[in-house]
Amino acid sequence: MKNQPLLQARAVYKSYQKDRVEVPVLRGVDLDVFAGEVTALVGRSGSGKSTLMHLLATLDQPDQGEVWFRGERIDNASRRQRDAYRNQSIGVIFQFYHLLPELSAIENVLAPAMIGQSMWSYFCNRKETRRRAEAMLDRVGLLHRATHKPSEMSGGEMQRAAIARSLMTSPSLLLADEPTGNLDAETGMEILALLRGLNTDDGLTIVMITHDDSIASGADRTLRMHNGNVLDNRSKQPALGVFAGPTLKSSVG
Amino acid sequence: MYRWLLCFRYLRTRYIALASIVSVMLGVATLIIVNSVMAGFAVEMHERLHGLASDILIECHASGGLPDPDSHLKEIRQVLGDRIAGASVSVHVPGMLGIDFNGQLITRHVNLVGIDPETYDNVSQFGRFLLHPENKSKVSFDLKENGYAPERESFPESGWDYRRQRVAYDRALDEERRRVEESLRRVRGEALKSDEASAGPSMSMDLSVTMFADDSGKGPKQFDGSQDQFPGIVLGISTCSSRLRDDEGAVRDHYYCRPGDDVRMMFPNASDNTKVVNQKFTVIDLYESGMSEYDSTFAFVRLDQLQEFRGMINPATGVRSVTTVQLKLVEGADLNIARDDLRRRFPPDQYALNIQTWRDMQGPLLAAVRLETTILNILLFLIIAVAGFGILATFFMIVVEKTRDIGTLKALGASSSGIMSIFLSYGVLLGVVGSGVGMIGGLVFIKYINSIAALIERITGQEVFDPTVYYFSSIPTIVDPFTIAWVVAGSVAIAVAASVLPALRAARMHPVRALRFE
Repeated sequence: MKNQPLLQARAVYKSYQKDRVEVPVLRGVDLDVFAGEVTALVGRSGSGKSTLMHLLATLDQPDQGEVWFRGERIDNASRRQRDAYRNQSIGVIFQFYHLLPELSAIENVLAPAMIGQSMWSYFCNRKETRRRAEAMLDRVGLLHRATHKPSEMSGGEMQRAAIARSLMTSPSLLLADEPTGNLDAETGMEILALLRGLNTDDGLTIVMITHDDSIASGADRTLRMHNGNVLDNRSKQPALGVFAGPTLKSSVG
Repeated sequence: MYRWLLCFRYLRTRYIALASIVSVMLGVATLIIVNSVMAGFAVEMHERLHGLASDILIECHASGGLPDPDSHLKEIRQVLGDRIAGASVSVHVPGMLGIDFNGQLITRHVNLVGIDPETYDNVSQFGRFLLHPENKSKVSFDLKENGYAPERESFPESGWDYRRQRVAYDRALDEERRRVEESLRRVRGEALKSDEASAGPSMSMDLSVTMFADDSGKGPKQFDGSQDQFPGIVLGISTCSSRLRDDEGAVRDHYYCRPGDDVRMMFPNASDNTKVVNQKFTVIDLYESGMSEYDSTFAFVRLDQLQEFRGMINPATGVRSVTTVQLKLVEGADLNIARDDLRRRFPPDQYALNIQTWRDMQGPLLAAVRLETTILNILLFLIIAVAGFGILATFFMIVVEKTRDIGTLKALGASSSGIMSIFLSYGVLLGVVGSGVGMIGGLVFIKYINSIAALIERITGQEVFDPTVYYFSSIPTIVDPFTIAWVVAGSVAIAVAASVLPALRAARMHPVRALRFE
């Protein structure tokens, strides 16, 4: 099962215009994400890892190249298909959580369900949907904070709420952009443990971006990005299937 | 679903947006108030104008008038059939009113109208504007004993009681004057006799006395002012009174003459070789319609008497002429169609007749009121449009502030149209809340408008609704549900239009740039 790529990027190019100068960010990136794996994308700031993630999440479109999800090309799909893909097939979490400040934790978790359904069908399934949202909050250990606004929660709690939100529509892929980047080491560990648990218990495929080699070392595979290219595509042995502590050295260099 | 959840949350948490809809609210409230007051005034005015004028007026330009009105009426009845609810004939003639006030002659230009008391009330409201309660129900041109205007405290004593007192006083005054002159003559002797003619004051006194005695002296029976009256006349109240403010600021009416006094009317007779008829009348009542144009120009006498004075009776046949035929149509009949039917029957190039509906006669006034209402509506809608630009600016700020949230929503799979509809429905909601609160505020204001006016008067000492200017005692208002619906719909539309641009901007936002927005 792990041999079948869930998400593929083929020869992806992306550049930005800055003061009429084209700044290349991605220069022909190839990427395979296998179902059920935790894939870490490591790289320095400006190496293009966030840009790559945005392309994988169809938040942006590549200048050249293709992105495939489950054997279907998604980078040039219609707007509606891409919206549905983001809503149903993947979950995204960010370094700065990006919870909606006006909504409580449970409402934030409910948001993807609301977006994905019409008003009428949401109204019909609202009890079931709410139960699922509560289950998701429970899964991340935040049920007691369900009615709290993001401003009343700590960073770790907010990230948990964001994870619960990304799981709401039962996606098969989770894209995480530096999920621990804004947290202290201990809380970061908790979040990473939670993500690993989701991977092992539910078989969730995770693509995680980080600049911290120690975090990346706990992944099933680590891909190193440099200057818009994926340099290293080495598989890591699943023997170290737990995210390693800060003392553990990175697999490369 | 998330759209409504979010826009309700934005409404509850963004007070700056609420501030921007206060202007919408005020605009809507003002529009509703102004429209209701204008409608109140317009309807009141319509009612009065229409009450005073008959539905259709047929005027004859010839000074001799329209001979044989009965046959004309028969023709008219044939043309209009059962559309006629009532008809009356009258004589309109320009005249000059002379009022003797403290020995001075006050002259006024008036329209002298000879009316048929039996039928005139069928075509227009006349009796209800008179002051004496008995005249209100049935007009008679005879002076009443007393009891004029019982609901007015300041109205001076009028009627036969007053007339007898006045005549007795005049007689005593005459007697005293005669006695004084007699004694003067005796003291100065015969030498002064030749100068008497040039002595100003005494001459004018003598003249006024002789003028008074002029008509009464005729006939076998001596005219006795304390028992007899001249032909009755009803004067418009503003022809013989003025409304002033006294030192305390209270409104007070001053009357130059009142029921029981005699006045002089001068008007042309009906012959081709026109002469002025100079006739004395006794004021038997005053007429107050509330329309200053009518109250200051009309005087009413009996039709048969006026026809006699003007010589409008054919001596051979005894047929009387009139100048005006007034028609009242049944409820719901189209006045313009009836007028056109009559004009076809009496084409203006063959008959010297002017056929008009009451709206034709009051056309400029009604058009002016309509124009005023229209312009006020445009101006006030401009105010709401200004409020719309306030909403536009506020919305742009909110969209900028919400940039990251917009990015997040897009990352969660929200479509561009979904994002757009968040801000559009936010605009709708602001418009609905603003105009709803404005509507309620406006309606409450209208309900208590007179108390509010009184309160403002008390605070500022400035009279808001001046009864010397307007003849209404309170501010008339009419709330038209259609107008309110129109105003509310219009302002909601403006709010929505103002939120379109920010909503488009939000929808077009690039998700990555939105997510990275600091």
